[in-house]
Formats: sequence, C-alpha cells, structure tokens
Amino acid sequence: MNNLSIPSWGFWLMGIGFGLFVAMLVHTIRRNRGMKRSFYAWPYTLWMVVFTVLPLVLIAYYAFTDKAGQFTLENFANFWDSNRGMKTQLIAQGFDPEALGMGARGTVNVGTLIYSLWMAFLCTGISLLLGYPAALIMADREFKLGATIVVLFIIPMWMNFLLRTIAWMSLLEDNGLINTLLQSLGFAKLKLMYNSQAVLLGMVYNYLPFMVFPIYNSLNRQDRRLSEAAMDLGANKWTTFWRVIFPISMPGIVSGITMVFMPSVTTFFIPRVLGGGNTEMFGDLIERTFLTADDWNVGSALSLIMMVLILFSLGLLRKVDPEGEGGSLI
Amino acid sequence: MKKILSFVLCALLVVSFLPQGYAEGTVNVFNWEDYIDPDALKIFEQETDIKVNYMNFTTNEDMMVQVRTNPSAFDLIFPSDYVIERLIVEDLLMELDFSQIPNAEGTLDWLENPSYDPDHKYSVPYMWGTVGILYDTTRVKEPIDSWKVLFEDTYKGEIFMLDSIRDSLGLALKYLGYSMNTRDPLELNAAKDLLVKQKQDGIVKAYQVDETKDKMVAGEAIMGVVWSGDAQYAINLNEDLAYVVPKEGSNVWVDGMVIPSAARNPENAHALINFLSRPDIAVMNQEYIQYSTPSEPAIEILGEEYLNNENLNPSQETIDNAEFFYDIPPEFMTIYNALWSQVKNAR
Repeated sequence: MNNLSIPSWGFWLMGIGFGLFVAMLVHTIRRNRGMKRSFYAWPYTLWMVVFTVLPLVLIAYYAFTDKAGQFTLENFANFWDSNRGMKTQLIAQGFDPEALGMGARGTVNVGTLIYSLWMAFLCTGISLLLGYPAALIMADREFKLGATIVVLFIIPMWMNFLLRTIAWMSLLEDNGLINTLLQSLGFAKLKLMYNSQAVLLGMVYNYLPFMVFPIYNSLNRQDRRLSEAAMDLGANKWTTFWRVIFPISMPGIVSGITMVFMPSVTTFFIPRVLGGGNTEMFGDLIERTFLTADDWNVGSALSLIMMVLILFSLGLLRKVDPEGEGGSLI
Repeated sequence: MKKILSFVLCALLVVSFLPQGYAEGTVNVFNWEDYIDPDALKIFEQETDIKVNYMNFTTNEDMMVQVRTNPSAFDLIFPSDYVIERLIVEDLLMELDFSQIPNAEGTLDWLENPSYDPDHKYSVPYMWGTVGILYDTTRVKEPIDSWKVLFEDTYKGEIFMLDSIRDSLGLALKYLGYSMNTRDPLELNAAKDLLVKQKQDGIVKAYQVDETKDKMVAGEAIMGVVWSGDAQYAINLNEDLAYVVPKEGSNVWVDGMVIPSAARNPENAHALINFLSRPDIAVMNQEYIQYSTPSEPAIEILGEEYLNNENLNPSQETIDNAEFFYDIPPEFMTIYNALWSQVKNAR
C-alpha cells in the first residue's frame, strides 16, 4: 500500500529538489549580502521547505509513479479516461470491457474540471460585479460609513469558513430560516439548497472579500488630484471614472480576480454542504480520490494538473499586472 | 543569552511537533462519528487513569486509508465486518488477548464466530444493525416496504442517499435481485445505471452520511437511506418517522473493536475493549447511539422494550433475508470506485 514505500531514485529526486532549493536560497542570501536579514528569513525558509517544497516534490513523485513505485504516465491517461483503471482491471480478470458495454471513455475527471472552471469563472464574474461598486463606495471619502463597511467585511472572516458555510445551510434549507419566513408570509417555499446555485452562492459569499479588498486598496491609494484635474478639464463624472479611476484601479482588479479565481477552482466542502453532494467539484474529486478510493497516484496527478493550470493563469495575469501593484498577497 | 534562549525555543517547537500519544497512560481511539456516549469515555478515564485521544471517521473506506497510511497512530478502531476481513488479510491487526477481555464472554451466540473473523481472534463486536429506509409517515401515500420507492419519481427530490460506496451500490444491487457482494461487472454496471438514472431524474436530494438523521428529524426530506441506529435515534426525536428494512433484503452489519498490529498502547486498548463490553457501559452506549448491542447481559438489562423493538432487535426473518458485506479486494474496488465516481458526477 501507500506506506511511503519510496525506491532509491525517489529519494534522489527529492534530494535534487532539495538541493536546488538550497542553492536558490544561498544565491538569494549572497545577493542580498546583509547577513542580518537572511538570518531572520531562516525560520520561514525552513517552514517553506518542510511544508511546501517537500509536499510538492512528493506530489510530483506520486503523479509519475504507479503503486509499485515504477515510473509511469498512466495516471495522466487516467485523468483523460477516468474508467481506464476499471477497464485495465476488467481485462486482467478476463473480461472484455467493450463486450460488456463498459468500454466508453470515462468523462468524470475532465467533466468535473470543466464544471469547476465554469463555476470559478461565474464566481469571479459575480464577485467582480458585486465587489467593484462596493469597493468604490468604501473608498469614497465623502461616504462617512466607508470605514464601518470595511470592518463589516472583515468581521465574518474572523470565523472559520467551514462554520460560515454550515450557517448558510440553516438559512437555505427547505425548512430553514428563509423558507420558514416565506411560508409565514404566505409565499410558496423555494428550492434554495442542494443545487449548483447554492454552491455558487456559498463560493461568492466566501471569496467576495478577496475581490473587494485589493480593489479597495488600489482605489484608496489613488491620487485624488487626478480625478479633480479631469473634472477641471471638463470631464463629467462618468468620463472621469471610465478614463481615470477605472484604468488606475486595474492592478487591484487583476489581483482580485487572481485571489478569487484560484480558491474557486479548488473549492471543496462547499459543494458537499450546500450542494448536497450532488455537484462534485475538482477539489472534492481530488479529496475523494485520495481519501476514499485510496489512489494517491491518480490523486496526485489530478492535483498536479490543477496546479499547472493555476500557475498558467497566474502567469497570464502577471502579463497584465507585471509589478503586482494591486496589493496582491501572492 | 539570546542564543541560548532561541535554542531553547527551537527545541520546544520541535518537541511540540512530536506526535501525541507516546505516553504510557493514553489510548488513541478511531471511531465513527456520533458512535459513543461521551460520558462513557469520561468514566473510563476516571476509573483507569488512561487518557483517551478520540478521533472520528465518516465511512469505512476513509478510515481504511488512514489506518493503512499510519497504522501506529491508532490503538483501537471500530471497522465494519468486511473491513475487518480486509485488515486481517493485510496483516494489519493484532491477535487479541481474551484473558484481558473477560466481558467479551457475554457476546450473543450468533456473533461468536463471525465469517469475517472465523477463528474469533481479532475482534470483539461493538454494535450491529441493518440498512433501511427512514421515512416520514405523514407524507408518504402508500406503505413503504421496498427499495423500489427510491427509484420511482413519486417522491422526486425528497430522498437522501448514503454517500457510501458499498451501501448505495449494495442496495441498488439488492433491488435488482443480485447479491450485495457481487463481482459480476454486468450486475455492478446495471446497479450503477440505476443510481445514475435515479440522480438524473432528480429523485435524490443529497448524498450524505451523518447529516441525514438530524435533517430527517427536522422534516427536511420525505425519506432517507440510513443505518438502523440513526433511524431509531431520529424516531425517538420525531414520532412521525418510521424505519423499514425493505423486503428485497438488505445488509446486516457488525462493527467490531480491533487493535492494529502497530498500536503503541495495546494494553490500554484491551482495557478499553473490556470496558466497552461491560454490560452497564454497553447499555449506556446503546441508549445513547441507539444501535443494537451484541452483549447478552446488556440486552437482559435493557429488557422488554428493547426486545420488542423491531428496529433494534430485527426478526430472524429479516436477518436471514439480509446479507453481510464481504471483503472486496482493492484491485476489484477499482471497478467499484470508477462506477461510484460516475454516479457522483452524473449530471
């Protein structure tokens, strides 16, 4: 089984990864000269190596090996055809998958990935539409309640997101708060939970602050004199916004999009709680592959594909916002 | 001075990362969610001075992954029959020393030499029960006695299914007239098609495990597939609910107490098994979680009310009509997993 039975070359691979990292580190320290700074960086570096770099190396190792630890690309073929393992097994037992009518390509993995990307796209879009005006209002100096709203956005984040999501459940249930209220007012009950819309709601709710704050930051830092100058030169409010304020806030938007899109694609748990497990997302699929199906190799391949996809989209965004000006946390 | 201080702090940090449970007076327990009276553990701690580290799992499959990955993390686990069979095959269990578990004497005869542990060497039964349908009597139109009701659209969008591979595929197999332990790909594929159709027709409200009982009490759905103890728990809280083991037959299961061979505190685990098999504690747990107890003296204490309750004490006919789950080897589970994945992701 998966008792970390790593053959010698696996250790070599890990060794090389570790060596590369140390080399990178030494290079950074030497470039910075100032010994003091690098000294204080050590605890974090150690943390990074143990909890970020090593796990990544392990994931890569599992993704490219089979259960016996031999190199294989089978796990990636499994991503494309989720029934591949099943068919191999059937053939090994002397069945013919085609003759049984079980020979079709399994679309589970690819389908779930596309569904997750679509959901993440919707979530990011809705967050932007809701978040930009909110940030605009919050950053408006004439609006006295701006600071209060900022605090109101932050307070729910003091609570764990699992709890917040479960709280939504008691609101949306068929006999939940909203439906009970509707019923007592004489309206018909609504089907609010156990579907994709509820999942989307949960996602937007959880990730919206990550859209609002970068935009708020970049709007807040803007030099007011620029928009005043635009007004003086005869631009109306709309033109001022569209030609001055909005373009300058672009880095904030870019980092907001990044910070919402990334966790959205990898969402798990929310579909199980608010979607009733009817709509599995890629994060759930990876979790189930590891924890229920006990297939660490395919699970790692799925994770790796996910990570490459995120890296790719990050790179794309870097092109738009090369300086990372939007106060990005990444 | 500063250097010494930082060294000490680092050392403390490292020490705090060392796994818990090395100490002599602890026992690391891995049990199902909501599957024990918490007070029982407190009594055990008071009586023995052994500290209980209590951890939960949701399904047998999830638990098995944890135990395989880190066998020495747990001293006492509570797997179901077919999983005990698998763990024995994989040589992950310790032979029990029954001289340390005198209370196991009281086990019901029919559970003395179970098929999953033929020589009765590795396990002591903890609880047993059936799988069936829990339904709201005020909202069903006809008597419920068949799995059929789960696959018709009479109660569309009002049915909770179990998010558990063997249980859900098993009941579909049973409805189709096959064995719950089948290894015939065509039968399994037919069961999968049935579950996919059930989902695509919008009959299923949600796939869940531990949430169902409380949601049924709250009237969130008309029916749900549950284990018998969860059913009795819900019925106790809402008398409109009723439980039935469908006539096509179902699954009878036993959850046993076993000790992994790599356990660090086997002595303490033995003590806890003996404690949980003690009649008064078995009664306490039965009354709290509402599953059926395998302890004969405990049943005597529980008396008439327990014996007359068909949910807790199913008739011999129901038991004979039901099947135990048998171990499916991991290679073949690949097929189960792929089919279940198709059900979970059917749109």
